[in-house]
Amino acid sequence: MSQLPHKVTADPKGVESGPHFMDGDHALAEGALAAGCRFFAGYPITPSTETAERFAERCPSVGGLFIQMEDEIASIAALIGGAWGGQKVMTVTSGPGFSLMMENIGLAVMTETPMVIANVQRGGPSTGLPTLTAQQDMMQARWGSHGDYRAISLVPDSPQECFDLAIEAFNLSETYRVPVFIMTDETVGHMHEKVVIPPADQIEVVERNWYKGPKGEYRPYQFTGKDVAPMVKAGDGHRFHVTGLTHDERGYPALTPEQNVKVVSHLINKIDSNVDKISRVEEDGIEGADVVVVSYGITSRIAIRAVQEARKSGLKVGVLRLITVWPLCENKIRELAGKIKGFVVPEINYGQIVLEIERCAAGKCKVISVNSCGGAVHDPEEILTAIKEAAK
Amino acid sequence: MNDVARNMDDATFRQQNPMAEFLRMERMPHIWCPGCGIGSVVTSFAEAVKESGLDMDKIAVVSGIGCTGRVAGYVKFDSLHTTHGRAIPVATGLKLANPELKVVVFSGDGDLTSIGGNHFIHAARRNMDLVVICVNNFTYGMTGGQMTPTTPTTANASTTPYGNYEYPFSLPFLADAAGATYVARWTSLNARNITESIGEALNRKGFSFIEVITPCTTLYQRRNRLGDGLDAMQYYHDDADIEHGADTRTVDITFQGKLKTGKFVDRQKPTYLDAVNTHYANVIGDDYELYGKTPMEKKAEEDAKKHGIDDLPEPELTCDSEDDA
Ligand SMILES: Cc1ncc(C[n+]2csc(CCOP(=O)(O)OP(=O)(O)O)c2C)c(N)n1
Ligand code: SF4
Ligand SMILES: [Mg+2]
Repeated sequence: MSQLPHKVTADPKGVESGPHFMDGDHALAEGALAAGCRFFAGYPITPSTETAERFAERCPSVGGLFIQMEDEIASIAALIGGAWGGQKVMTVTSGPGFSLMMENIGLAVMTETPMVIANVQRGGPSTGLPTLTAQQDMMQARWGSHGDYRAISLVPDSPQECFDLAIEAFNLSETYRVPVFIMTDETVGHMHEKVVIPPADQIEVVERNWYKGPKGEYRPYQFTGKDVAPMVKAGDGHRFHVTGLTHDERGYPALTPEQNVKVVSHLINKIDSNVDKISRVEEDGIEGADVVVVSYGITSRIAIRAVQEARKSGLKVGVLRLITVWPLCENKIRELAGKIKGFVVPEINYGQIVLEIERCAAGKCKVISVNSCGGAVHDPEEILTAIKEAAK
Repeated sequence: MNDVARNMDDATFRQQNPMAEFLRMERMPHIWCPGCGIGSVVTSFAEAVKESGLDMDKIAVVSGIGCTGRVAGYVKFDSLHTTHGRAIPVATGLKLANPELKVVVFSGDGDLTSIGGNHFIHAARRNMDLVVICVNNFTYGMTGGQMTPTTPTTANASTTPYGNYEYPFSLPFLADAAGATYVARWTSLNARNITESIGEALNRKGFSFIEVITPCTTLYQRRNRLGDGLDAMQYYHDDADIEHGADTRTVDITFQGKLKTGKFVDRQKPTYLDAVNTHYANVIGDDYELYGKTPMEKKAEEDAKKHGIDDLPEPELTCDSEDDA
């Protein structure tokens, strides 16, 4: 039973159309409201709190509900309940809270529960640098919960993109019944810029794919590895059951290795087989480039300076900005690796996504990491030096 | 028994079982040991639902992990089997997303008061409209009989092989102090009382907590040389006294000591959602659209509009905090 996501235009109630001057955190909340999210459970943590505050302020006038939970574990647990209660749901956090959420991210993955989790990244490990920027949780977004699975991670580079990607995150989470992470960072979260919120009728929103069949026949799962079963909400009389245990199509525990093959390969393949539909990148000057700078989030805005300098000095440099980091556009990286001299990968971490670029490049070209221990954006000079090195 | 005969038996069994309406019969037999007390609590719950006359489609059951956690998988309601300790916050999300639901949490003592202890006290503090049933068997059944926050001092558990030297929680006291508006305790011998308490809880608003002392025959009973399920019933029969309205500070449990049971707390206080709605209606005024209107409230509002009355119906609130138990 394959299905197309049911697209509608946004409910004008949640859309504050017009130009605004706002920071990335506030823009996330506005994007969520535009996407139809009416349930937000969260716990305060710098530098993400402003999103929760914005939601708390806005929700009484849009028919939504905000609840400050006792911790981040409770917050994500409430999202799972909220989603099966029929709502589009969101939470926002930063490193320590993201760590606390990991177990129930696995439950959301396993029960195929749509939700959006924004991580406004700050420097770690542990309490680290609460008020300073980082991109150190990128691998945690990929591997943080136990077991094998896939989820989706989007990375905005501006407040405008926080708004846009919040909507996209909800749309993807409904389409694939999967948690979607918005892996932003302190700099983008706290940076004030112009954000244009379009009129509601120009915002495309994916509605939940509601089951319309008879009672007694609902199956919460189909293990096709391509698409997902429709959903129901508690109270509609379908008497569904979901569990974090390995389960069959009815959602009943089925604790055999054979069933785990079905479940796990479905969870992985529903994302892997749709990479081309999910993955979004921005390219500039890739054709004929000798060096390609692969970056994401705030770092891509710093990298532009280095690329401009390099181009001035005659180097052929392209830019590949990952808007979707997970799933990674592996084929594109493989293809480029055969054509260029080297990749340069700046990240505000000790080298995370660069490992993936290296894996895909498989020795066909140089891969140079421009890493950092977090707390500040790069000096464009460092990236320029790496570009020159890669071009040799 | 060959397969055909077995299947026939199953079919007849399923048809004739009085619980068939409430249980996912296709999932029987259940995993619980002979003499285990969990099943009898489920029976009382089904009985209470039947007597309540509530629409079964509007009842949802949420469990965490443990032998008790398996309840969600056997009952024929919308049901979520979640993670260890997290049934209450999942139930909170479910209730808030769809306020017309009656959400019931089935949890073990470890699930609810160890790993999930924080959620327990906060849901009670908020007077979240949930029915929380704790099957207290003084042990972690599912993982093999370890000590829990309710294991009586001196009792033996696999992680206190020389006897427990910790002080246990008294759950009614904890729930009461945290703000629960209905608190009762029974032993699994008191099937009728459990049914009544669950019935009362289903028919009221607010955080209702029902503790049921039950035997874990395989682990707690055996390890402490307390005999089988029948011996546990004998203990409950001999040593449990009903004392409605007992001060929850006086209901501690000691190893094989006297047990106080009964309805300890029954008071009214606005629920979380009532508080949300009343507060916003006060501060925002007419522009505020009540969140999670019940079908009755919705109808009243429509009628009011039709008749040109623009007053929204006030959410039903009673601020009588007196303990009438
Ligand atoms: C995070 C986590 N820690 C530990 C466990 C292992 N575990 C499963 S059930 C359980 C204890 C259950 O005890 P209780 O809640 O009293 O339920 P019972 O089995 O006695 O009904 C534990 C510790 C787990 N599943 N998840
Ligand atoms: S181990 Fe104990 S609690 Fe679990 S089913 Fe057996 S008797 Fe019941
Ligand atoms: Mg127990």
